[in-house]
Amino acid sequence: MSENGALPRLGKVLTVDTMNPNVKKVDYAVRGPIVQRAVQIEKELKEGVKKPFEEVIKANIGDAHAMGQQPITFFRQVMALCTYPQLLDDNKFPEDTKSRARRILQSCGGNSIGAYTTSQGIDCVRHDVANYIQRRDGGIPSDPDNIYLTTGASDGIVTILKLLTAGEGRTRTGVMISIPQYPLYSASIAELGAVQVNYYLNEEKCWSLDISELQRSLQAAREHCIPRVLCIINPGNPTGQVQSRQCIEDVIKFAAKENLFLMADEVYQDNVYAEGCEFHSFKKVLFEMGPEYSSKVELASFHSTSKCYMGECGFRGGYMEVINMDPEVKAQLTKLVSVRLCPPAPGQALMDLVVNSPQPGEPSYQTFIKERTAILSALAEKAKLTEEILNTVPGISCNPVQGAMYSFPCIALPERAINAAKAKGQAPDMFYCMKLLEETGICLVPGSGFGQREGTYHFRMTILPPTDKLKILLNKLKEFHQKFTQQYS
Amino acid sequence: MYRLQSLAARSLIAGALDQFTPLKVTSITGVRHKSQGPSVEKRGQMRFITAEAKASAGRLDGKIREKTLTMDTLNPQVKAVEYAVRGPIVIKAGEIERYLEEGGTKPFSEVIKANIGDAHAMGQQPITFLRQVVALCTFPELMDSPSFPEDAKLRARRILQGCGGHSLGAYSASPGVECIRKDIAAYIEKRDEGVPSDWENIYLTTGASDGIMTILRLLVSGKDSSRTGVMIPIPQYPLYSAALSEMDAVQVNYYLDEDNCWALDINELHRAYQAAKLHCRPRVICIINPGNPTGQVQSKKCIEEVLNFAYEENLFVLSDEVYQENVYAPDCQFHSFKKVLYDMGPEYFNNVELVSFHSSSKGYTGECGFRGGYMEVINMDPEVKAQLVKLLSVRLCPPLAGQAAMDVIVNPPQPEEQTFKQFHQEKSSVLGALAEKAKLTEQILNAVPGIKCNPVQGAMYAFPRIFIPPKAVEEAKALGMQPDMFYCLRLLEETGICVVPGSGFGQKDGTYHFRMTILPSIEKLKVLLGKVRDFHISFLKEYSGLE
Repeated sequence: MSENGALPRLGKVLTVDTMNPNVKKVDYAVRGPIVQRAVQIEKELKEGVKKPFEEVIKANIGDAHAMGQQPITFFRQVMALCTYPQLLDDNKFPEDTKSRARRILQSCGGNSIGAYTTSQGIDCVRHDVANYIQRRDGGIPSDPDNIYLTTGASDGIVTILKLLTAGEGRTRTGVMISIPQYPLYSASIAELGAVQVNYYLNEEKCWSLDISELQRSLQAAREHCIPRVLCIINPGNPTGQVQSRQCIEDVIKFAAKENLFLMADEVYQDNVYAEGCEFHSFKKVLFEMGPEYSSKVELASFHSTSKCYMGECGFRGGYMEVINMDPEVKAQLTKLVSVRLCPPAPGQALMDLVVNSPQPGEPSYQTFIKERTAILSALAEKAKLTEEILNTVPGISCNPVQGAMYSFPCIALPERAINAAKAKGQAPDMFYCMKLLEETGICLVPGSGFGQREGTYHFRMTILPPTDKLKILLNKLKEFHQKFTQQYS
Repeated sequence: MYRLQSLAARSLIAGALDQFTPLKVTSITGVRHKSQGPSVEKRGQMRFITAEAKASAGRLDGKIREKTLTMDTLNPQVKAVEYAVRGPIVIKAGEIERYLEEGGTKPFSEVIKANIGDAHAMGQQPITFLRQVVALCTFPELMDSPSFPEDAKLRARRILQGCGGHSLGAYSASPGVECIRKDIAAYIEKRDEGVPSDWENIYLTTGASDGIMTILRLLVSGKDSSRTGVMIPIPQYPLYSAALSEMDAVQVNYYLDEDNCWALDINELHRAYQAAKLHCRPRVICIINPGNPTGQVQSKKCIEEVLNFAYEENLFVLSDEVYQENVYAPDCQFHSFKKVLYDMGPEYFNNVELVSFHSSSKGYTGECGFRGGYMEVINMDPEVKAQLVKLLSVRLCPPLAGQAAMDVIVNPPQPEEQTFKQFHQEKSSVLGALAEKAKLTEQILNAVPGIKCNPVQGAMYAFPRIFIPPKAVEEAKALGMQPDMFYCLRLLEETGICVVPGSGFGQKDGTYHFRMTILPSIEKLKVLLGKVRDFHISFLKEYSGLE
C-alpha cells in the first residue's frame, strides 16, 4: 500500500490524543449527555419501547417555540415578505409589514435577503438598533457605528472574548464569570484557553451579586493570571435574578477601579416578572454615572432575537453594542467579523423588527401588543407557579424567578444517593437528573453544568412549557423527588 | 508574502478617506492603524489618535486609567488575521460609494463591487421555488394560499415537521434538522452515483466558512515543531489563511501551476510537505475544487493523486466543493473527492479522513445571506466526532432559514412535479449566463496587452496575471504597498471598479494578479471589462515612460 510496500498505514490523523486539547476541555451542559440520552429515549419511544411515560419533555433549554409558543404574526409576515417579495402585491399583508420589508430590502445588495450584508450588519438595521437603545435608555445617545449584528448573542460573546484573550502563563487573560453561569462562557473560555475566574452569586440573597465576592475572586485570580474581563448576565441565567440599579452601579465602579472590560449579557431584558424589579441596562447606568465613568469604562452589551417575547431562536439574530472600545481595536473587530462574511440576513431582518416594532396607529399594532402581552404575562404567571410548587416540595428550595426563563432550585440529596452517584463516577445532581429522565421523561440540566457552591445541588428547568403542561411537569417532579428521597434515605 | 495589507497601503486609504470625510473619522472602521506612511495621512491619523487618547485616559482614583483592550493587549492571533476579500480596498470602495451618494464627483458614477462572489448583489434573481419554500416555512399561514405550488408546500411541511414546535424559530439539533440531513445524504448518494452517504455524517453549518473553521479548530494542536501544519493552495481563498492565523496553526503553501491552467502538481505537494516537516507537523491538506480564486476544475486523475498523497503521508483532507455546480468549460467535469476516494477502493475509502463542504451561497442559487451550508465527514474517529458534536452544540445551531434553503438545493423539484419546468428554466438560465460570462471575461482580458488570463473553467472568478511596469512597482514599494494593491487602488479611484489584488490570495513572487468576479450582468460585465482594458493600457503608458 504505502511507498515502501510493507508498512501498513498509521492510525487516524485526528484522534482524541492528537486533537486540539482546548476543544477537549469544552463542556456545554445545556446540550450535554443528558440531552443526548433524552433524544435517544425519544427514538426508543417512537420505535415502540415501553416507558413509564409517553413523551419526553425537554425543559433543558430556553426554546420557546419548541414548547408551543406561537411566533409573533407581524414578525413572520415581514420575514415572509423579505423572503418572497412577490407577496408585496398580496393585499392580505398589512401596510406596515410591507413598508418594513421594503425598507429592509432596499438596504440589501440587489434588494435581496440572499446577498451578503456588510460584515457589521445591514446599515439601516444598525441605525434602528441604535435608535431603539436610545429610546430604551431614556435618550442616552447610541451610535450605529458601535452596533454589530451577530449570529445570535453567543457569536458576539465569543468574538469579544476572542479579542480579549492574550498572554501566556501568569499573564494569560482571566475572565470573571458568575457561578452559576450560562455554560457558553465556560465553554468559550476553555476553547480560547483563557483562565476562568469564578465569582459566586449569593443564593441566600436571591442570587444577588456581592461586590466583596467580586473583590475576593479578583484578588485570588491575580495570583495566577491577569483578570481583564468581567461578565455579567442580567437578568440571570440560570438563576433568574434581576439586578438592582445600585448593584449595577457598584459593578461598574468596581470595573472602573480594577480596569476590567465589562460584558453585559442582557438577552433577557424584556423578561422581568417580579414586582419591584426592573431591567436597567448597563449602558444607561454607566452614562448616568457621569463622564468620569461613561467616557472610560469599556463595555460590550448583547441582545438577541431568541429570548424575551420573541423566542425566535432558529433565526440566530442578535446584536452587540460596544462602548469606549479603542478605535484601533474596533478596526480589528471589524476585520475579524469580516472573515465570516456576515451574520444571517434573515436574523438581521428579524432583529430589525424587534427594535422597530409596530407603533400606535399602525395596522399591526393591536395584534402585536396583544400577542406580546399574552406571552409575557403567561411567562410571569409560570415564573410564579414554578416557584410556588417547587417550594412546597420538602427538600427543594427555589428562589423567586424574578426574570429570564428558568428556575434553578436547590435540591437536598440524601447521603446514600450522593454515594451511589460517586460510585458511578457521576456528579450527584447528574445522577438525580438522569434518574428523573429515565423515570418521568423530564429532561433538565444538572446544576453542576452551570457551577454551584461545593456540596450544593441544583437543576435548571425552563418555565416555558404551557401552564397546563408545566403543572403536570412540576407535579411529576414533586412525586419523583419524594420517591427519590425515600429510596435513598 | 500574501499577507500584504501593508501599513502604507492602509495609510493611503486612510488618506483618501480623510479627503472625503475629514470630520467623520469615527465612521471609518478598519483603517485606523499606526501609520508610517506619507505625512499628510499620518497627521490626519495622529490627530485622531491623540484626540481619542485624551478622551480615554482620564484620572480615576488618582491613577491614569488605560483602556483594558488596546492594540498592545489584543489577542495577537486576531491581529495576524487578514481577509483581503473584505479588506482595505473594499472599505475604501464603501467610502467612495458614500461620497458619491453625498453628491461628490468622481470620473465615474457608480462603484462596481467585483470583489466578492455575491450573486444577488450583482442582480441575479433568486430561484423562485427556493424562496417560496422558505417563505412558507417562515409564515405557514401561506399554506392556504392558492398562489403557492403544491410541491413547495410539500417541502415546507416536511421541513416544519422536523422543527421543534413546527417552527423555524425553534433551535434545531446542533448538527442540523434531521430530515434535512437525510435529504443531503440522499443528494450526495445520487450525485456520487450510489456511493453510500450516511446522514449521521452530515452536519449543517452557517455557510461553508463556519464548517471549515470548525474542522480546522479540531485539528490544530501541538507546540513549535509539533504544531499542526495545514497545506493550502497558493493562490487560496483567504478564509484559510485567516483561520490559520486566528488559530495560530502553521500555514504550509503549495503553489498551483499557472502555466498549466492552475493545475495542482503532485511534485509541488511533495516539495511543500517535505519543506514544512522541518518546522511543523503537516497534518491537513486543503483543496478548493473548482478553484477559488483560480477557477480551475480538477481532473479525476489529479484528485486521485492528491488522495493517494494524503493516504501515504497521513494527511486529513478538507475539500472545499462549494462551486461544484459551477463548471463551465466543456471538457471539464466536477468530481467529488468522496466519489474518487470510493473508486480508489476500500483501502482508501475506509481510511482517508475526509471532510467536504458545500454551501447555499454559490452554485445557481447564490443565497449568501442565508448562511446555509453543510459538511460531510468521512472516516472520522468516533470519539472525535463526539467532540465535534459537543463543539457545535456550544453555538446551539446553524440558522434555520439557511438549513431550509440548503434543503431545497438538495431536494429540488423532480420532473413529475409542478414546478419542475420553471425551476429548471431558472437554473439553466443562471448557469448558462455564467458559462457565457466566464468565456467572455477570459477572451476580453486576453486581448489586453500585459494581461494574461487562464480559462475560467469553473467557480465565479477570473484571476488574470497583470504585467506591472518596473516604475510602477518602484512607486508602490516607495509607498510601502504591494504593487497589485497599488494597481487595484488606482483602478478603483479612476474607474470605480473594485477588484481584489492577487497578493490577498497569495501568488508566486514577482507575479501580480487580481481577482474579479464574473457575476455582473453581461452588459455590465462588458462595460467593466472595457474599463479595465482602458485603465490597464493607460497605466502601462503612464509607467513605461511613454507619457
